[in-house]
Amino acid sequence: MAIATASLPAAPKSPFRRVLTFFYNHPNLTLVMLLLLPMLWMLVFYLGSIGGLLVHSFYYIDDFSGVLQRQFALRTWSDLFTPSHFDVFLRTFSMALAVTLASAIIAFPLAYYMARYASRRMRGLLYLGVMVPLWSSYLVRVYAWKLILADEGIISWTFRSLGAQGILDAILAIPVIGGRSLSFSFLGMFLVFVYIWLPYMILPINAALERVPKSLIEASGDLGAKPGYTFRKVILPLAIPGVIAGSIFTFSLTLGDYIIPQIIGNSAPFIGLAIYRYQGSAGNLPLAAAFTVIPIVVMVVYLLLAKRTGAFEAL
Amino acid sequence: MNVKNTATSIAVHLDNVSRHFGSVRALDGITLEIEDGEFFSMLGPSGSGKTTCLRLIAGFEQPSGGKILLHGKNVVGVPPYDRDVNTVFQDYALFPHMTVAENVGYGLMIKKVPKPDRERRVQDMLEMVRLPQMAGRKPSQLSGGQRQRVALARALINHPSVLLLDEPLGALDLKLRQEMQIELKAIQQRVGITFIYVTHDQEEALTMSDRIAVFNHGKVEQVGSPAEMYERPATSFVAGFVGTSNLLQGEVARAVAGSSAAFAVRPEKIRMCPPETPVSPAECSLLGTVRDVVYLGMNTRYLIEAEGGADITVVQQNLEATSMSVLTAKGERVRLIWSRDFNRPVIVD
Amino acid sequence: MSTERAPWSLRLAAIGGLLFLHFPILVILLYAFTTEENAFTFPPPGLTTQWFGAILERPDFWRALILSLQVAAIATLIAIVLGTLIALATYRRKFFGSDSLSLLIVLPIALPGIVSGIALRSSISVLDIDFSVWTIIIGHATFCIVTVYNNVVARLRRTSNSLLEASMDLGATNWQTFRHVVLPNIATALLAGGMLAFALSFDEIIVTTFTAGQDRTLPIWIFDQLTRPRDRPVTNVAAIIVILTTLVPIYLAYRWTQETRD
Repeated sequence: MAIATASLPAAPKSPFRRVLTFFYNHPNLTLVMLLLLPMLWMLVFYLGSIGGLLVHSFYYIDDFSGVLQRQFALRTWSDLFTPSHFDVFLRTFSMALAVTLASAIIAFPLAYYMARYASRRMRGLLYLGVMVPLWSSYLVRVYAWKLILADEGIISWTFRSLGAQGILDAILAIPVIGGRSLSFSFLGMFLVFVYIWLPYMILPINAALERVPKSLIEASGDLGAKPGYTFRKVILPLAIPGVIAGSIFTFSLTLGDYIIPQIIGNSAPFIGLAIYRYQGSAGNLPLAAAFTVIPIVVMVVYLLLAKRTGAFEAL
Repeated sequence: MNVKNTATSIAVHLDNVSRHFGSVRALDGITLEIEDGEFFSMLGPSGSGKTTCLRLIAGFEQPSGGKILLHGKNVVGVPPYDRDVNTVFQDYALFPHMTVAENVGYGLMIKKVPKPDRERRVQDMLEMVRLPQMAGRKPSQLSGGQRQRVALARALINHPSVLLLDEPLGALDLKLRQEMQIELKAIQQRVGITFIYVTHDQEEALTMSDRIAVFNHGKVEQVGSPAEMYERPATSFVAGFVGTSNLLQGEVARAVAGSSAAFAVRPEKIRMCPPETPVSPAECSLLGTVRDVVYLGMNTRYLIEAEGGADITVVQQNLEATSMSVLTAKGERVRLIWSRDFNRPVIVD
Repeated sequence: MSTERAPWSLRLAAIGGLLFLHFPILVILLYAFTTEENAFTFPPPGLTTQWFGAILERPDFWRALILSLQVAAIATLIAIVLGTLIALATYRRKFFGSDSLSLLIVLPIALPGIVSGIALRSSISVLDIDFSVWTIIIGHATFCIVTVYNNVVARLRRTSNSLLEASMDLGATNWQTFRHVVLPNIATALLAGGMLAFALSFDEIIVTTFTAGQDRTLPIWIFDQLTRPRDRPVTNVAAIIVILTTLVPIYLAYRWTQETRD
C-alpha cells in the first residue's frame, strides 16, 4: 500500500475557498446570508403591504367630497363596529366554523382509509383522486355547483323524478338556512364551501395519519387494547395536528372568500365580500382595510395556538 | 520521500482541550499524544466525551479551549475539508444517491483526480476491502458489513495521515464484529495509518489497540497498553470498566490488607476455598457466604457476601466442575484467598 | 402494505367522500358536451363535441393559458429559490426569531387571499407601480414559498447530518457539499414542492384579481367567460384542459415525495 500520492503539496487556496472557510467558521453569518433574500422578499412585499394596509385603516374617506384623507383618525374604526357589520362577522364566523367541522367529519374517514388500509397502489390513486378536484379550476367547480343546486339543476330534478319535491320544499322552507332554491340558500352555500375546501382538510389529516408508525398501532393491540380504544387513545390524538392544520385552511379560506357568496346564496354579505365591495365599487379602502384586521387577528391568534400543537409539521 | 518523517512522530497532540455545550462540559481539559502509525482506542461509556474528542480532531466541532495539533500543526479553526484526516462514521454515512464506486471515489473526485486514475484506485481499494464486485451497487443494496467496508474504503482511498473510526462496528452482529476486528487490525498494519478508534466495548479495545485511553465524565482516566490497562488500572473506574474488578476500601480494606487505602482485585485472581484453609502471610483472605452462582460454561461466576459487608465477585475456571456441582455451592461458607501481589491500589473517583 | 380489511362503515364513508369530491367534476365533463349555449338544464337536451373545436378559435383563451403558464413557471422558480434558502437556514438550527419566521412564511396561505390581495394592491397603487405580469408573479411567488419550504425542510430533516460531515471530511467544501450531496438528496422534494407551487399559482384567482391590472390569467378569463351569456360550455372545455395540465405535475409530485419515504 505504498501509495505514492500520500502527501500532495497543499494546493494554494483560492479566494473563493477562503470565503467558504470564512462562512464555515461563522455559522451565524451563513444564516444571515441564507435568509437575507427571502427575508427581504417577505418583509418588503408581504409584511410591508400588510402594514401599509393597516395604516390605511386609520385614514378615512371624507363624507362630503368622497376623497381619501391621509390623516390619522379612528372614524373608520368606529364605522367598522356597527350592528350591520356585526351581522356580517357573525354570519361569516358561523359559516367558517360549520364548514370546518363538516369538512373534518367528511375528510377523516377518507384520510384514515388512505393512510391505514389502502394498498400502495390504491393510496396513489386516492391521492390523485383528492388532488384532481383541488386543482381543477376552483371557479368552474363553483359554477358546476350552481348548476347542480339550481332550480332546473340535478338535485331538483332528482327530487322531482322521485316524486319527493315536498321534502326539498320543506328543507328550503327552514328559516335562515333555506331560501328560494338551493342555489340561493345558506344551505347551498355551506355545501359548496365544504366541497371546495374538503381536499385542504383531507391532505393534512392523511399526512398526520401516515406518520403514525404501524408498530404503534400494533403495540397498542398487543397491550390488549380493542381497536376502538386504540383508535380513540392512539390514532385520534396523533391525527389532531392534521385536523388543526386542515382547519387553518378551511377556516381561513371561508373567512376570506368573496366569490362563492357572489355566485351561491342570497347575496347577504360575508367578510370577504364586504372587503371586496368596500375596496372596489364603494371605493372605501380605509374601511376595507379595517375589515381585513378582523380575519388577520383571528387567524394569527389561531396560528399561534395551532403552532403549539405541532400542526405546522402537517401543513 | 516521505514528508512525515521530517515532522514529529506525534500524529495527534491534544493540549488541554475542552469542549463545553452551555454548562455541560463534554470535554474537560484533556491532554493526549497519539503516535504516528499507532492503533489508538478511546474507550468509555456513552457521554464520556470520546466521540466529542473524535469530532474535534475531525474538525466537525471546534474546541472551547486548548490546542489540537496534527503533525505539529495547530488545526483549531481549520475546517474538516482542509485537514488530512478521514472518518468512518457510526452510521457509515454513505451517500445514498451514489453507487459504491462513486462513494469510494468521492474524495478523489473532489480533489479532481483524473477519471481513469480514479477508477483504477477505486477498484484497488474495493479489492482491499474484498468488495470488488459491488462497484455498481447502491448503498441500500448492501448488507451492514458491506456498507462498513465501503465506508472504510472511502476513507482510506485518500490515504489520510490519521483515520478516525466512530464505533464503526456498533451496528454489526457479534460474529461479524469479531471478524471485522481482526480485519481492521490487519488493514491498519498494512497501510500503516494512525487509527483512532472510538468504542464503548472494552473487549474490542483490548483486542485491537496498541494503546487505549479510558474516558469518563469528559476526562481521560488513564492511557496505556491493553495489558497495563487490565493489570494496573489507575482508578476504580478503569478497574471496573476494563474487565470487572472487586473494589475494596475502608474497613474491609483495612481488615484484609492492613490499610484503608482502596485497592482493586480481579475476580479470576481469587481462589474459593473451604473456610478452614490456612492462609500464608503473602496472601489476603476474606470469609463469606456464596449468594449467587452463574454458570457460564467455560467458567463460573460466584457472588460472595463477605464479612464486613463487601460483595465480592469470583470467577473460577470449570476445570473439573460441572454445572450441577457448581450450583450446589450456593449458600456455602467459603474462604476467599488471593496473593497480595494482585492488589492494585486505585484512586476512587 | 396492509392485509387488514377496513370496517364496512369506514369504506362506505370513504367512498362517499370520494364520490362527493368527484360528482361536480362529472357535471363539468357532462356539460362540456351539452348543445345548449347559455343555460345548463338537466338532463342536457343534446350532446355535441362542437365546443372542443370552438376553443381552438378563441385566441383570448390561448393567450390567458400561456400567461398563466408563464406566471406559474416564474413564480415557482422564485419560490423554489427562496423556499430552499429558508429551509437550509432553519432545518437544523433554532435561532432567535426562527419561530416567528416559520409563522411569517405560512401567513400568505393561512390568511385569507383577499387580505394579501388588497394589501398588495394598495402598495402597488401607493408606490405608483404599473400593474404587470410582474405584479401577479410577486403575489403568487409569495404564497408559493411555503409549499416548497415544507417539502424541502421535511426532506432535509430526514437527511442525516453525518452525510454532510462525511462529505466535508472527504475534502469537499461547504459549497461542494451542497452541490454533490445536499442538492441531489433534496432534488425530488424540490421538484415536488415546485410542482405543487405551480399548480397553486396556475389556479389562483383571489390574489390575482387584485394584482393583475389588464392582464388576464386563465382563472380570470374563466371568471369573465362564466358571467357572459355566450359559448358557456367552452368554459367547461377550458376546465378540462386545466385538469389535464395539472394532473401530470401533481402525479409527479406525489411519486417524488413517496420515493424516499419507504
